[in-house]
Amino acid sequence: MNTKLRKILPKAGFWLLVTVIVLFAVFPFYYAILTSFESGSGLFQVNYLPESVTLANYISVFKGQAFGHNIFNSVFVSFMVVALSLLLGVTASYALARVKFAGRGLLLLTILSVSMFPQVAVLSGMFELIRGVGLYNNMFGLAISYMMLTLPFTVWVLTAFMRELPRELEEAAVMDGASPWIIIRRVFLPVMWPAMVTTGLLAFIAAWNEFLFALTFTLTDDKRTVPVAIALISGASQHEMPWGNIMAASVIVTLPLIVLVLIFQRRIVSGLTAGAVKG
Amino acid sequence: MANVVLKQVRKRFGPVETIHGVDLDIRDGEFCVFVGPSGCGKSTLLRLIAGLEDITDGELSIGGDVVNDIAPKERGVAMVFQSYALYPHMSVFENMAFGLDLAKHSKDEQKARVMAAAKTLQLENLLDRKPKELSGGQRQRVAIGRAIVRKPRVFLFDEPLSNLDAALRVQMRIELAKLHEKLNTTMIYVTHDQVEAMTMADKIVVLRDGRVEQVGTPLELYHYPANLFVAGFIGSPKMNFISANVAQISQHSVTVKLESGKEVSLPVDGSGLAPADRVTVGIRPEHCSIADQDTALFTGTVEVVEHLGEAGLVYVRTGSDDLFVVRVAGDTAIKNGETVGVAAAEQDCYVFDGADMAKRRLAVDNAPLKAQMTLN
Ligand SMILES: Nc1ncnc2c1ncn2[C@@H]1O[C@H](COP(=O)(O)OP(=O)(O)O)[C@@H](O)[C@H]1O
Ligand SMILES: [Mg+2]
Repeated sequence: MNTKLRKILPKAGFWLLVTVIVLFAVFPFYYAILTSFESGSGLFQVNYLPESVTLANYISVFKGQAFGHNIFNSVFVSFMVVALSLLLGVTASYALARVKFAGRGLLLLTILSVSMFPQVAVLSGMFELIRGVGLYNNMFGLAISYMMLTLPFTVWVLTAFMRELPRELEEAAVMDGASPWIIIRRVFLPVMWPAMVTTGLLAFIAAWNEFLFALTFTLTDDKRTVPVAIALISGASQHEMPWGNIMAASVIVTLPLIVLVLIFQRRIVSGLTAGAVKG
Repeated sequence: MANVVLKQVRKRFGPVETIHGVDLDIRDGEFCVFVGPSGCGKSTLLRLIAGLEDITDGELSIGGDVVNDIAPKERGVAMVFQSYALYPHMSVFENMAFGLDLAKHSKDEQKARVMAAAKTLQLENLLDRKPKELSGGQRQRVAIGRAIVRKPRVFLFDEPLSNLDAALRVQMRIELAKLHEKLNTTMIYVTHDQVEAMTMADKIVVLRDGRVEQVGTPLELYHYPANLFVAGFIGSPKMNFISANVAQISQHSVTVKLESGKEVSLPVDGSGLAPADRVTVGIRPEHCSIADQDTALFTGTVEVVEHLGEAGLVYVRTGSDDLFVVRVAGDTAIKNGETVGVAAAEQDCYVFDGADMAKRRLAVDNAPLKAQMTLN
């Protein structure tokens, strides 16, 4: 009896802990979804199970403002950020991982240190830059400013990954007559899928959720991205927070992220290189 | 097809020079093996020829053209790597066709060449597989196939068999020899395994610390090693060395006094030696025998007896630090702890002077080697 108890107790404790953690992590999302389906006074009553389900909030989000347009902006900017980050990240990491040149370590550290500055610190400088090159209130300006957020980790992760690729793989390609660009495109890229998917996904999420730059560097409603648009959703009067709409909008913009992660989950297969170079 | 000539080739990595002025002349169609202990610069030398490393100083020519500053793909060389380095995401066919594709050969041409190579290497049934679905030996074949399809003037191999198990290694050794016979292309092969070198090479280049110690055919190296290092490196088990003093020098022999007190007259060229000089006498395990104490060169205690089946190896402690190895018949009755005498025929002994350089042996009895040497 005593030994049995001693076996069960740690297990029970473990599962209790897991339950608490999961509850703590998931509850805000659950509550957001719950709220998004409620309307009127239901919004302000605390309840933990769905009582009345209505799509009114979802409809009014799209009716009240240019939310469709905002989603398009977000998608456009995020994809551009992913494409640019991966292109620059892969080419830069090839140089940083495979080409010997003076100051390589220093350059890597500099790239890392860029990500240490809080966004606010560079905000005004970045604003001047963006306006200076005429990209204020423009999707491209936004995408370029996001490079500051995504490139450091993209370059670091891809460099680390590329360093691990066997030198002989590259040399075999050199002997086959491949130029550096061909090596990147036809030998390294296919092998680097897992790292590319992971970093690409992170870059996407960073761009998709970014708020401060998006708020500062855009002016008109039709140029705003989703996070800004949600923050600026206003109610019927100044004193009313339209929680229903905000929650509905939040659920809408979280869905793509979840879908993306689910899609690429299967693709994040490591060990693609296993067996290729060893005996 | 082409010859490969190196003139005073040097390679420095930063301040450290790893290849110290190598001169080599590898003939067209020759199977040349670079052999030497790990870290002696074999791979570096091969990579210089491939063009994967820049030559710091000296001149490299392939087929008569100086190629120091020519890109690897234009040198007409193909390389097989130790790790095979197959492209993991490509099928066997794509692996072999990749170089042809980059060289802009037509699809038909690619297919024809890959099929021909696949036939030679028995890979026809594996063309659609990915490298990870192949065994070690099959991967090795694909790596060789990738080199063959490009019809290079020179093949370079960097320890291609070291990742295979012993049985497969012997098999691949024979296949490579056959391949060389069939293609008749110049091949340069790097290994640290002297057995591979002896069995496959037309010409062996023994390297140590970035220098060429000796160049020769397998039998030349076996019978006429230039120095102590080569003598110790070629042959298995390795040659035994004992020290001695020169007692007397005549025209056709040198008489030395061993530490055991025994005097023997060895048929070597004694020029350059003087009485009382310290020399090293080398005797290969296969040339010694266990003998009576009165005919023996020296005596010692048997420490270990290894039974290989067809032969036995007797390790005799001679008082010095080294064990002396004697190869005996497989059914030997010698036991550990016995005191035995070790004998060897005078003409089978090697003599090295104080600078470890070999003295020319005058009574080597080897018909094939003699035939070979009169041919050259
Ligand atoms: N890229 C390099 N940078 C610095 N030193 C190197 C490099 N490649 C090889 N070496 C040095 O050159 C020497 C010979 O190496 P290597 O040619 O690989 O020897 P082996 O193939 O005979 O075992 C070693 O001491 C090694 O440390
Ligand atoms: Mg090596």
